[in-house]
Amino acid sequence: MKLLYILTPLAPLCGAIAAGFFGKKLGRVNSHRVTIGGVGIAFLFSLIALFANLSGDGSVFDETIYTWMISGGITFEVGFLVDRLTVVMMTVVTSVSLMVHIYTIGYMHDDPGYQRFFSYISLFTFAMLMLVMANNFMQLFFGWEAVGLVSYLLIGFWYKKPTAIFANLKAFLVNRVGDFGFLLGIAAVLMYTGTLNYGETFAAAPELVGQTMELFPGTAWSVLTVTCICLFIGAMGKSAQIPLHVWLPDSMEGPTPISALIHAATMVTAGIFMVARMSPLFELSETALSFVLIIGSLTALLMGLVGIVQNDIKRVVAYSTLSQLGYMTVALGASAYSAAIFHLMTHAFFKALLFLAAGSVIIGMHHEQDIRKMGGLKKYMPITYWTSLIGTLALIGFPGFSGFFSKDAIIEAVHGSHITGSGFAYICVLLGVFITAFYSFRMFFLVFHGKERFDEHTREHLHESPKVVTVPLILLAIPSVILGGFTIGAMLFGDYFGNAIYVAEQHDVLAELGSHYHGALNFVLHGLQTPPFYLAAAGTLSAGVIYLYKPEIAEWFYKKFGFVHRLLDNKYGFDDFNQKVFAGGSLRIADKLWSVGDVKLIDGLMVNGTANSIGLFSQFARKLQSGYLYHYAFAMIIGLLAMLFIFIFTT
Amino acid sequence: MPILSIIIWLTILGGFLVLFSGDSRCRPVALGVSILAFVFSLFLYFGFDKGTADLQFVEHVAWLPSFGVNYSLGVDGIAMPLILLTTFINIIVVISAWEVIQDKPALYLASFQVMTGFMVGVFSAADAILFYVFFEATLLPMFLIIGIWGGPRRVYATIKFFLYTFLGSVFMLVALIYMYGQADSFAIADFHKLPLGSTAQTLIFFAFFIAFAVKIPMWPVHTWLPDAHVEAPTAGSAVLAAIMLKMGGYGFLRFSLPIVPDASQQLAWFVILLSLIAVVYIGFVALAQADMKKLIAYSSISHMGFVTLGMFIVFGILAKDVDGQSTSHAVLGLEGAMVQMISHGFISAAMFLCVGVIYDRMHSRQISDYGGVANTMPVFAAFMVFFAMANAGLPGTSGFVGEFMVILASFKANFWFAFLAATTLILGAAYTLWMVKRVIFGEIANDNVAALTDVNRREIIMLALLAAMVLIFGIWPQPMVDVMHTSISNLVSHITVSKL
Repeated sequence: MKLLYILTPLAPLCGAIAAGFFGKKLGRVNSHRVTIGGVGIAFLFSLIALFANLSGDGSVFDETIYTWMISGGITFEVGFLVDRLTVVMMTVVTSVSLMVHIYTIGYMHDDPGYQRFFSYISLFTFAMLMLVMANNFMQLFFGWEAVGLVSYLLIGFWYKKPTAIFANLKAFLVNRVGDFGFLLGIAAVLMYTGTLNYGETFAAAPELVGQTMELFPGTAWSVLTVTCICLFIGAMGKSAQIPLHVWLPDSMEGPTPISALIHAATMVTAGIFMVARMSPLFELSETALSFVLIIGSLTALLMGLVGIVQNDIKRVVAYSTLSQLGYMTVALGASAYSAAIFHLMTHAFFKALLFLAAGSVIIGMHHEQDIRKMGGLKKYMPITYWTSLIGTLALIGFPGFSGFFSKDAIIEAVHGSHITGSGFAYICVLLGVFITAFYSFRMFFLVFHGKERFDEHTREHLHESPKVVTVPLILLAIPSVILGGFTIGAMLFGDYFGNAIYVAEQHDVLAELGSHYHGALNFVLHGLQTPPFYLAAAGTLSAGVIYLYKPEIAEWFYKKFGFVHRLLDNKYGFDDFNQKVFAGGSLRIADKLWSVGDVKLIDGLMVNGTANSIGLFSQFARKLQSGYLYHYAFAMIIGLLAMLFIFIFTT
Repeated sequence: MPILSIIIWLTILGGFLVLFSGDSRCRPVALGVSILAFVFSLFLYFGFDKGTADLQFVEHVAWLPSFGVNYSLGVDGIAMPLILLTTFINIIVVISAWEVIQDKPALYLASFQVMTGFMVGVFSAADAILFYVFFEATLLPMFLIIGIWGGPRRVYATIKFFLYTFLGSVFMLVALIYMYGQADSFAIADFHKLPLGSTAQTLIFFAFFIAFAVKIPMWPVHTWLPDAHVEAPTAGSAVLAAIMLKMGGYGFLRFSLPIVPDASQQLAWFVILLSLIAVVYIGFVALAQADMKKLIAYSSISHMGFVTLGMFIVFGILAKDVDGQSTSHAVLGLEGAMVQMISHGFISAAMFLCVGVIYDRMHSRQISDYGGVANTMPVFAAFMVFFAMANAGLPGTSGFVGEFMVILASFKANFWFAFLAATTLILGAAYTLWMVKRVIFGEIANDNVAALTDVNRREIIMLALLAAMVLIFGIWPQPMVDVMHTSISNLVSHITVSKL
């Protein structure tokens, strides 16, 4: 198995190297063949790993591959931990990646950077696999930053586009803010447990309960709380939680396939995965859990609201992703880690589906992304239409679809949680259900139903996308429907995760839910009688009424509550604030430190000042040496007189 | 076989050979000399005994017996990697100058060969006067390189560079002579054993500190570096950043810490403070630069902040001995500093060479003159983005390793040290990638950029060699750390013993 686990990430890496360095020689077709082959192998091996784990005795693969470095008595290693949490992630990552690879053949067909694109997405698959398969914090951080690198490269893939290269720099820097916290968290782990290995860290963690550190003189901070919050700041960057969410909407400047793969299905869920992986640490700090819970619920609610006012098809889906990531984070805060991973899994499929469907629409519309200029696409693009509908239903949590199971589980879990902030979180996630249904169907109706709002030229060329595009859509639609119902029993209420996730007894909300669980069908029937269902139905209905029949309502609302609209349209002012305070402020500080500190004070006053004063002094000294005898004689007389005076007055 | 002498004199005498071979034939000769020197330095690596902290490849000849000055050489795990770095970069330098330098190429290449010999001498000297002689001697070729092939403000830059560093080392000479009076020997090993009182230690500490802080350089005695870099020709900048700065860092490890451990401990807060200022303040200053070379120069200073931080947090860690792990964490900090020095040697050289590549084509270093270089130079753009990422400390590149180690270690000393040091994650990425954005990405900014031609084979070889090193040590730093381990551990146990 060790060889298989090693080959799983290496296969896409080889594909990336081949397409990246030899793309020109290989040509377009061979480039996509070799990368798809690599990812295909990874997918196959992930499936083998998955089934081996399911049928196995629950033993966990946790081995070192090579020793990266030994320094200061600490062994830094590259190694794999493959347990049931890992195999879920591996399967999700490689399957979505495979679909996106295939889809890319169609989507990037005319792009001059074809090979480069395939190289990047394969490289991403490698990095993401290294991240999820890590058995230590060092490798986790490697994968963490490596996916960030590829994200940077891919957002800026069209490097001529000013908005794209603005967005990728922004994404990288905002992620670096998160990584800053993450790295401090890792340093804290090393300092207090003496190791970076997961297993050893988790074993040592219970001893840290009650230990404190002095961040400011005279204050005591729980070591675990500080560590967990630092780590979670990393997750906030990568998984785009408020206030570090600002990079994700802008990341839509990249090509659509990577929006699906990186910025919806996989990379952005790395933070969720990480916290679930660290459950033995987070469980020991209720403060950290509350922090997680509140950040998550704010993201879930506020970002969903922004989704309502977006008109760019990709941005609507992007805000929906932010909101759904908020849901997952809420689940983490409520200690329902397996519900978070469950939602991560279902979301990966239906969100990838929605993005790829949006991409299909964009191709059909000749790169028009404004949903106000669409409408009535149903009859032109039937496959895209039906798969989009499936994705949308899964997203809003329509009973029976996979998103329903995962989202309902999260809501129920928060309902059952007693941790500080859970009441607030419950309200947020409930309201979120209405909002999700509303913005999702607003977009759906505006794109596929109603009047055709595009011009004649577009209509002539409008047709369903080619097979390489529609087949991945269909393949992703299947799990979007059935995956949830099939796996809920095992993943949430069974003992699927085993030791991979640790939940303290007093936090175990899922066990409480599990005692009422009698099969997926019952879960659906029960779901039909709960508030989330009514809220989702209400959201769908109001979207339908407003955007299909009575658009006056929306106009009336804009007129009446313009300030709400402006607030949402400005995304609560986060971007302006960051741009003015952080970006602008840094530049102003930089400029001042440079022009005043370095140029004026150090160089001007100290360095050149010293040189100048020596120069001045020597000019003065030079004047003294006039060469006239009477000058010297005069100076001697003055000196003599002075000495006499001193002599007289001091004795 | 006296390998150290062979490397030193091969390059110094080889330099003269290059000079006499004339402008037309100097290039292959220089390449031969540099490759031969590197091959000899490989003997050092493969013949090195990792198990001992004693000096190896020792040579000893009396030089000025009446003053107790000896020509004695030897390397330990701290010096050896730096020698390898020096001879490696020397090859890159020769490749980089190949057809670029048309004005007196023989003298140019000869200066670099001679300088390489002097720098290897600095890292292998076991006698303090010999060290001092080599340390000062390196100024001469660099003075010529900037003074002859430099930019328009080269006179100001060379004088500033020379006076600054010369002034610094004069104090060191005084300290060395004082210690000779105490120890009756100029052997550095004898200085290590020399018991010194509190006042003497403090004075000696500052004497060394001025010399090495200027060299490395630390805030606020850093302003000579950006000027020197800006005016220096490309290879001069590369050597300056890759090797000469490290002489300062090496000096701290060879002289300051072991000779005056008590003063170092008492004044560690001061050095840490300056180091953190370097990381944060200089990180901001780099952001404000409009000149690419200046930006990279400031980036160098900021990265060197990690070197001095890693060295002096050791005392903070040792003071906090709660769980018996502190010596090992101290080793982590010191090794982090070493790794940072070596890695920075590759990355900064590569960054300067990258700027050189486009400077040779456009004769401008101003960021605003560029834009959209990726359109016309895609291969170059790939290299530049790679090295920029390494400069920003991306894991998987060597740039990550040292910073990671120092941040982990400084957390042990104090949370806020780690906090401030880790800001480099943001600042380093900001100034480096913002430059990349403005230079590499975007639409073609003007006709000059449109006329650019991509890197040729020579440039690809030069950059690929450096990229390989950056990548190898990023993926597997163990071979680099392994050789220094015993020496660093020995140093840590040495400085824990008070000399008072």
